Amino acid sequence: MALTVDNLTEWINAFAQKVTDKKDYLSELDTPIGDGDHGNNMARGVKAVQESLDAKAPADLTAAFKQIAMALISKVGGASGPLYGTAFLEMAKKSKDSTEIADLFAAADAGIKKRGGAQAGDKTMVDVWEPLAAKLASGSLTQAEIDEAVNSTEEMIAKKGRASYLGERSSGHLDPGAMSSGYLFTALIETEGIL
Amino acid sequence: MKKIINEPGNVVPEMVDGLVRAYPQYLRQIPETMAVIRSNEDSMAGKVGIVSGGGSGHEPSHAGFVGPGMLSGAVCGQVFTSPTPDQIYEAIKAADHGKGVFLVFKNYSGDAMNFDMAKDLADVDDIEVKSIVVDDDIAVEDSLYTQGKRGVAGTVFMHKILGAAADQGASLDELEELAQAVLPNIKTIGIALHAATVPEVGKPGFELADDEIEYGVGIHSEPGYKREKIKASKDMAEELVGQLDKSLGLDSSKKYAVMVNGMGATPLMEQYIFSHDLLDLLNAKEISPAFMKVGNYMTSIDMAGLSLTIFELKEDKWLDYLNYKVDTIGW
Repeated sequence: MALTVDNLTEWINAFAQKVTDKKDYLSELDTPIGDGDHGNNMARGVKAVQESLDAKAPADLTAAFKQIAMALISKVGGASGPLYGTAFLEMAKKSKDSTEIADLFAAADAGIKKRGGAQAGDKTMVDVWEPLAAKLASGSLTQAEIDEAVNSTEEMIAKKGRASYLGERSSGHLDPGAMSSGYLFTALIETEGIL
Repeated sequence: MKKIINEPGNVVPEMVDGLVRAYPQYLRQIPETMAVIRSNEDSMAGKVGIVSGGGSGHEPSHAGFVGPGMLSGAVCGQVFTSPTPDQIYEAIKAADHGKGVFLVFKNYSGDAMNFDMAKDLADVDDIEVKSIVVDDDIAVEDSLYTQGKRGVAGTVFMHKILGAAADQGASLDELEELAQAVLPNIKTIGIALHAATVPEVGKPGFELADDEIEYGVGIHSEPGYKREKIKASKDMAEELVGQLDKSLGLDSSKKYAVMVNGMGATPLMEQYIFSHDLLDLLNAKEISPAFMKVGNYMTSIDMAGLSLTIFELKEDKWLDYLNYKVDTIGW
């Protein structure tokens, strides 16, 4: 089992499909605690990723991750663009010396935290990336674990991002960035041949 | 909403296109981006590039300050929205003439993330980049879109100082040192009579009654620190000077640069009246500014109101930088 340009492309296309299907739901999640555009922004971003990969087949994993990063960076905007872009850019850098999925996700998780300054418990995508990157490092990841991580953000009080201005009123809502990150992990475990 | 626009979604590209076509002697647009770079390539040779930018709606900031002696390039984001890292990165590449690039941006979480990310992209290509984050607004400690103080009109003084120093051959490290020395001495506070209307939103960012004003409003309609019935210009000047005095400790033995900045919908006539009251107040403290600007430098679309920036000139050199010759649309 190993990551290749082919199964990476398959994984990312599956992620793009999920984001596109759930576009309205993601924006709905973003409405009470953000500015209501997460679904639209992410859908625009994953479409750009697919167009980029279709237009130019990447020569290797590093090039593929970089292409994905640049498409997300240039099209998503807001905070999600730089955060997802950083995740894939860190994977691009890491892929020069390791193509182990656990190593790549550990680098991406560290990059997201550095970029956004969020820690686990702040009600952000980090609440999905950190525990699930750890699961990948231990060798397995299940849908139940992904759901658990995403759902853990519901009761949290936001400490980073626009939701943090709501203070305690942010509790009781799933974090939209955690949800879209959940789709990325689900797409990963559903793509054959990677894990 | 009454505005001279076409489609609200096309405001930024049409504005940038109009700007570069009207002023080709100052600016050219970097292809496929909303970033502009100095037309005068020779003026950038052998020097550190200075790049600024942020959301649009603050014109003439930031593109209006591109030119010899000031900025090398500027990146125009969507209205009140940070530009993306790829666009900032294109401006960095165009501004780099072998000596590195210095970024100036304001303290908003979106700008911080996007400019930092652009720095990382430049890093991969071995372009040396350093930066300063301006947070001159003393109105509130934390606000919408930012953790910490906001960056507002004082940013224009930062552009001027760094642009002059870079033009005289300062290195990237020297510019960083200069920027850090200057930053804590620039303080700004604003007042709003009416909020700005973002074209794609179509209504003002907040409501003020006909006879109300709000002190400490940010340049994106972020809330200020108090709301009152409208007062005379001299009373507004007294409030703003009082706040800045608390922060800077105004003292007749020190030298100051002052900027009265219109927010977009306040006529110069009112800005000059405010300046008259402001200078009376400062003169009563036996202070007469060593340098002063009055006009629209860091606007907030069509917000009515103004901001007052006081910059303590701790070093004589800083005054020389402010007086240094520039050739831009907006200074």
